[in-house]
Amino acid sequence: MIGRLTQRVPAGSVAATGAKERPFLEVKDLFVSFPTEDGLVHAVDGVSFKLERGKTLAIVGESGSGKSVTAQAIMGLLDRRQAQVSGEIWLDRQNLLALKPAQVQALRGDAMAMIFQDPMSSLHPFYRIGDQIVEAIRAHRKMPRSEARRETIQMLRRVGIPAVERRVDAYPHQLSGGMRQRVMIAMALINSPDLLIADEPTTALDVTVQAQILELIQDLQAEFGTTVIVITHDLGIVADVADTVAVMYGARIVEMGPTSVLYKRAEMPYTLGLLSSIPRMDREAGARLEPIRGNPPSPIRLPVGCVFEPRCKYAQLTNGLSQTVRPDLVETEPDHFVRCHLTQDERQRISSEVLTALAGERASVAGEQPA
Amino acid sequence: MVILLLVLTLVVFFLFNLLPGDPARLACGKTCPPPVLEAIRHRLGYDLPPLEQYFRFVSGLFVGRSFGDNPETAIFCSAPCLGYSYSRHQDVLDLLSRAFPITFWLTIGGFFIWIVTGLIAGIFAALKRGRWQDRTLMGIALFGYSMPSFFIGLILITFVVIKWQWLPFPVFAPPEEDPARFVQTMLLPWIVIAVLNAAFYVRLTRNQVLETFSEDYVRTARAKGLPERVVVVKHALRAGLTPIVTAAGLDIAALFGGAIITESIFSLQGMGNIAIRSVIDSDLPVITAITFVGAAFIIAANLIVDLLYAVLDPRVRVS
Repeated sequence: MIGRLTQRVPAGSVAATGAKERPFLEVKDLFVSFPTEDGLVHAVDGVSFKLERGKTLAIVGESGSGKSVTAQAIMGLLDRRQAQVSGEIWLDRQNLLALKPAQVQALRGDAMAMIFQDPMSSLHPFYRIGDQIVEAIRAHRKMPRSEARRETIQMLRRVGIPAVERRVDAYPHQLSGGMRQRVMIAMALINSPDLLIADEPTTALDVTVQAQILELIQDLQAEFGTTVIVITHDLGIVADVADTVAVMYGARIVEMGPTSVLYKRAEMPYTLGLLSSIPRMDREAGARLEPIRGNPPSPIRLPVGCVFEPRCKYAQLTNGLSQTVRPDLVETEPDHFVRCHLTQDERQRISSEVLTALAGERASVAGEQPA
Repeated sequence: MVILLLVLTLVVFFLFNLLPGDPARLACGKTCPPPVLEAIRHRLGYDLPPLEQYFRFVSGLFVGRSFGDNPETAIFCSAPCLGYSYSRHQDVLDLLSRAFPITFWLTIGGFFIWIVTGLIAGIFAALKRGRWQDRTLMGIALFGYSMPSFFIGLILITFVVIKWQWLPFPVFAPPEEDPARFVQTMLLPWIVIAVLNAAFYVRLTRNQVLETFSEDYVRTARAKGLPERVVVVKHALRAGLTPIVTAAGLDIAALFGGAIITESIFSLQGMGNIAIRSVIDSDLPVITAITFVGAAFIIAANLIVDLLYAVLDPRVRVS
């Protein structure tokens, strides 16, 4: 068994050692593609981001935008016989993509862990939940079964499973969806990972359970000092949990910034489209949601220029530039990155138009019906 | 299940009794004088209406029956009476109970070889999916699958027994008498049975493992940091075991009813060999009995497989 390759560094010390130090997690120029009979599928097309220890990054995007593949690339879960992966993924100063598979396997479930979208199918149907967690412990720590079981019961209790002594020997099908997702969280956190990736952790759950699960993840994050990546297609849940938001579209990050900044001053037309299409309670009754017209691009033939160009209402403002030249992710203000050919002035004008209209709608509703 | 067996006796009985041909004539021979023919027919009960014959057959299964009215010449067949072979002048149950151990050991030994090699090779192929090891194994499996078993058997006999004389010619030796000789003589028949089936189980195992590979819980197992070997065997194969168990149960049951070709090549006097000879001789009671016993094995295997599901899959268990 290969142990953890570096010592764990206490939170905060990385920032103190100076600017040359790598952040806790840095993804650099990540490309993932899958050869298929129809052609090369570009699932992730040059994704880069940084994440400091203990912070939360939300990766937002629609199905097929590459967010899950990015997460699986970090976890080393992509089958390297099917996926072509290039770039760098630095976790705690090790480039995961340069490590041997056995070394990544030793980190998986220990230094980094993952929660999946569908708790119904993510637990093995034939094994008791307690045994599945015990297996996760003993994959990384030499420990007698009885001790691992005690630890499992403690963790199950911590994630809010009632009547743990009885439930620990239950099979997954005997638990509700919310309970199963709690079991998944317990399994992911049992070895106190430094990095937790939650891939749409609430999508398959009831709305009432969604909030509980998110809250649980946040509590545990605070308790264990875990760095978290939340992957979601729901901008609505992001505001409460994330420090930073990265919006993915067509296998690329199209906008990234601190959460509050992004909600107030998003500049990329796609992000603005997402913000306008969130259903809200405070919106005027009967007001139509504003959908983004068109369909996402084919991952086999990504547009040559801007990936969002075919659906962008403002594309003509770039005089054809967005059709021919691939835009870079540029820093429009500190820590706020946008991948767009529109000039900064145009972007800010469009942004304030859209966001003011949204705010106006809300204000008018609030004015009519004072709560 | 008992009802199913009764329905089975009905189907089997009428299926064979509707066949053309007069069983009494076959028992008596071509130059049979009509009064003798009539006597035989009466003695074996073929002069009765079909429903009455069927009733006697079924009651024979439970309480036994006797053939003939005269207490001195009647042949009594004790329960479970499967009938009386008039061409062999032998109780069918005696005949089958002598043949069955041969078929039983042939099947069990062959099964052991094919299931072990099938599972191991299938797992190995799944682990090396797409690589040359996988392709080679699948090629061999296809070859073994498409090879007629009499061909493999004859090749083995020609080389291993006759040319190189590594093994004696297979003559059944009961395992309790001389285990070493038993293994020596049965090895070739086992291999012949195993080749065909192992080829099928390699493919089945590989496909089951690869199919469960795409399941979310297999990804969870990987995300825990388990070694690939554990992921494949404990998580992927365990989940895909059900169809393998089903196939294995039915294959064993089918072979218990007689491994016709293998038994013929090696002249083993098992159920299969008896089945062939009774068909050639139109020995109706034996054919009926073998069909009935073979089908009963399939029904029993189905029941056992169903019970095994509950052992394998906690979702099937009823609390």
